[in-house]
Amino acid sequence: MARSSAFIVSLRRIQALLIKEIAVLWNDRKTRILITVPPMIQLVIFAFTATMDIRNVHLAVYNKDHGNHGQELAQRLDGAPIFTRLIFTRNEANLRETMDSGKALCAVVIPQDFSRALHAGTTARVQIILDGRRSNTAQIVSGYLSEIIQTYYSNLSIAKHTSHAAVLKTAVPLVRHWYNVNLIYLWFTLPCLVGIITTMITMVVTALSVAREKEMGTFEQLLVSPLTPAEILTAKALPAFIIGMFEGSVLLAAAVFLFGAPMAGSLALLYASMFVFILSITGVGLFISSLSRTQQQAILGTFIFLAPAILLSGFATPVDNMPDWLQTATLANPIRHFLTIIRGVMLKDIGIADISANLAAMLLISVCTLTIGVWLFKRGLK
Amino acid sequence: MTAKSSPVFVRLAAVSKRFINNGATTTALNAVSITVRPGIVTGLVGPDGAGKTTLLRLIAGLLRPDSGDVAVLGWDMAANPVPAQADLGYMPQRFGLYEDLTVLENMNLYARLHGIPDTEKQDIFDRLLRFTDLERFQKRMAGNLSGGMKQKLGLACTLLRKPRILLLDEPGVGVDPVSRRELWRMVNELVNEHTAVIWSTAYLDEAERCDEVFLLNSGALLFTGKPADLSRRMRGRTFLLKGVPGDRRTVLSEALKQPAILDATMQGSAIRLVLRANETMPLFLQTGQLADCPDAAQMQAPKQAIRGTPDAGIGTDHAENLTHAALSSLPDAAAHASCAEKVRLVSVAPRFEDAFLDILGGAPHGESSLSRFFAPVAGGEHAYSVEARQLSKKYGSFYAAKDITFSVRRGEVFGLLGPNGAGKTTTFKMLCGLSKPSRGQARVSGLDLAAASSKARGRIGYMAQKFSLYGGISVLRNLHFFAQAYGLYGKKREEAVAHMLELFELAPFAAQAAETLPLGYRQRLSLACALMHSPDVLFLDEPTSGVDPVARREFWMHINALVQKGVTVLVTTHFMDEAEFCDRIAFIFHGQVAALGTPDELKNTVAGPDLPEPTMEDAFVALIKNADMQEETRHCAQTR
Repeated sequence: MARSSAFIVSLRRIQALLIKEIAVLWNDRKTRILITVPPMIQLVIFAFTATMDIRNVHLAVYNKDHGNHGQELAQRLDGAPIFTRLIFTRNEANLRETMDSGKALCAVVIPQDFSRALHAGTTARVQIILDGRRSNTAQIVSGYLSEIIQTYYSNLSIAKHTSHAAVLKTAVPLVRHWYNVNLIYLWFTLPCLVGIITTMITMVVTALSVAREKEMGTFEQLLVSPLTPAEILTAKALPAFIIGMFEGSVLLAAAVFLFGAPMAGSLALLYASMFVFILSITGVGLFISSLSRTQQQAILGTFIFLAPAILLSGFATPVDNMPDWLQTATLANPIRHFLTIIRGVMLKDIGIADISANLAAMLLISVCTLTIGVWLFKRGLK
Repeated sequence: MTAKSSPVFVRLAAVSKRFINNGATTTALNAVSITVRPGIVTGLVGPDGAGKTTLLRLIAGLLRPDSGDVAVLGWDMAANPVPAQADLGYMPQRFGLYEDLTVLENMNLYARLHGIPDTEKQDIFDRLLRFTDLERFQKRMAGNLSGGMKQKLGLACTLLRKPRILLLDEPGVGVDPVSRRELWRMVNELVNEHTAVIWSTAYLDEAERCDEVFLLNSGALLFTGKPADLSRRMRGRTFLLKGVPGDRRTVLSEALKQPAILDATMQGSAIRLVLRANETMPLFLQTGQLADCPDAAQMQAPKQAIRGTPDAGIGTDHAENLTHAALSSLPDAAAHASCAEKVRLVSVAPRFEDAFLDILGGAPHGESSLSRFFAPVAGGEHAYSVEARQLSKKYGSFYAAKDITFSVRRGEVFGLLGPNGAGKTTTFKMLCGLSKPSRGQARVSGLDLAAASSKARGRIGYMAQKFSLYGGISVLRNLHFFAQAYGLYGKKREEAVAHMLELFELAPFAAQAAETLPLGYRQRLSLACALMHSPDVLFLDEPTSGVDPVARREFWMHINALVQKGVTVLVTTHFMDEAEFCDRIAFIFHGQVAALGTPDELKNTVAGPDLPEPTMEDAFVALIKNADMQEETRHCAQTR
């Protein structure tokens, strides 16, 4: 009986601190604005800037072929919407200069015997030159180029087939992008942004909560009260957690209803994952909060964590492109797991079986970060 | 030295300055006119929020007045502050020292900022380091200096350019009395016919050291002139009641109920009384007897009543004779010998603070509302409320506190005194559970703070020096939070909160954000939050520094009422006034209890033929010197 009443007393103390925390956050106009306005602006701006849709590409063409096919291919390329400008070069030096100066991102060199080879039915090789300094974009453009050239070949073959009844030697791959049928890059970015912006806000709120009190001198007032360190931590983590969930929901709604992102999978599954995810982020926030004495330090600590965590999350660059050891390291990054889940659920109605590994990893991370957070907090109280 | 003939360095004519914060306008200065001349130390005196810093910043040309003119060395500061600023040295409250740079590096930095040529630099440094006595500490990080040394370094950096006008914003804050005396000595040396010094302070005893003072209160200039001129108004109205029989706290609170009494404060075992103008000293304060003394009711007023008349040539000595005459003229004084034997009402010199209080209308009257509402603290089986048993705190190989042992009885006011960095705060923190002792035990109400921390902390009320409630949320929310954090819930909580709102007259502000409260009310709120759960022990960390004298009286009146209810009070302080209020004081130096006793005992240890009536500050300074001497002898003995 005594045990349960002690528990109730403890709960009441947590409740008191919790109400106070929320009142402090809500009464402060700056905080109120901080957790509402910037996330929406970020979502809008990032959604349009972090796009990897390739538009406005300048292409250099060096057509050595005097036949009709060379001309026609060039026209095809000109007709492709991603190439806003075609720069025709007359010689090697001219081509080199165009690429060097960055006037064009890529170049297509049509060999002298191009038309002849096509007429003869032998292989005709077109050379594609890409600017390696902008490898990501170039890689995507190279895909487009190959596709256009392939299509040209195959159209030709089909035309031949009807007239000459020749058999097509190789099957032309017909590429179809699943899950994001029209390859709208926004659909890929939006779920990621929901995850990342939620992370930022949750972390800042948690990291600042203890640091603010330390700076204002109210922390000692808390420490001399009967509140135990565990109670203080619980009450500090909860508001941040609630704000994180709220933030995630608002951003999700904006992504779906404002930007028209799909919501293919189970909302319940997504929320369950978000719950675990925000828990782990709160742990990291508390961890930073315990280590910092001022709000400035807390913000700095947040960014020291956020920058690499976002880079290693698979948002900007695919995790699969990273070296093996780094891929292993990303397993400890909760953002990585959550992005996998949110993309999966929103775009392809992924089931619990497919994300159970990610979910389990996040759960493990939460337990670790929260434990370390509590431990550091207690240790810092000497 | 009379300065009337010397040129005017600073002239403010009807200067007003208002600040708008969150829509609320506060008047920082209201039509203030002053003139500052060289050759003297000019004091800018007033409690926090009086407008001192605003005034200094106006003189320094960092602010523009809303109306009125500021002229410094003949330059109009609103039009063009630059030429005058070249001759100004301004030391803000927290001088911008770089904590991670050494003393010398800080000075080098400021020398470069001020464009002092390298050829002259060395001479200036040598002179200033000698002057500030920082030669030995040149290589020390500024962050590792004591409060006093930091101020000295700040002063040295301000003096690099030999300013003609030196503006010092509260240089005495956070500085122990010894360093404070040194700072005064330095500033007095600086003053000459080419240099004007303005020293701002909230300590009213510092005002007495100035040659001329401007007394500010809530933006209004209350007095201009020599501090003695102000104090003189109070002559013949200040007394010391010595040898008070019985409980002096009861006598004190009774005294404060008397309309004739302007002010009553504890001074060790004595009570210092200030009479209102043209009032008669209440009889019981002449005999030190309360109504419970036999025949007290029958006592008649002495033929020669003690009146608080503005003196007409009557010196203090005379006044004392008058007192004795009055006492001996009591009808049956001899019959009351048993009660009144040692009671003596002695006339004492008036203080600057008495006069300030007179202008403000005197100490708050009546009794603390707490004495009616606050339930007496249950006796309990523990004789001692706070116990320190060999308390030690070790950082690396350095003991911040070593083997500190003392016990505080229930209902006792116990003071921790000592210079900065000597272990006072460390001890205080270990006793209220903010810091874990490396060795030893801290006990509150018989509970070990290490073993039953949450429970023990529940018996403590804590009030920090800085306002440390939640400024952004309402008064009511603050009260609710602290009530519930201390285990009050539901109806009990509502009762306690309602109580506090009524007791401290906070009800009109209940919905207001705590940070928008006036200073005095913030302090009330802090005390309310610390008291809601009826603590056994109240921990106070420099509770009234910077607070105006009326609010300070009010605060101690509340504390007095609490102590009479059996609450134990532990206080750390730099204020000699607060020290005088204590029943016993532990003087902590070099991490150890260097002396322990009643204020009178401590004062008596330093009394001598040349210092018959030492003040608490004298005792403080002497104790430090003694302890240092002992340290040196021990050090010498060790090296031999």
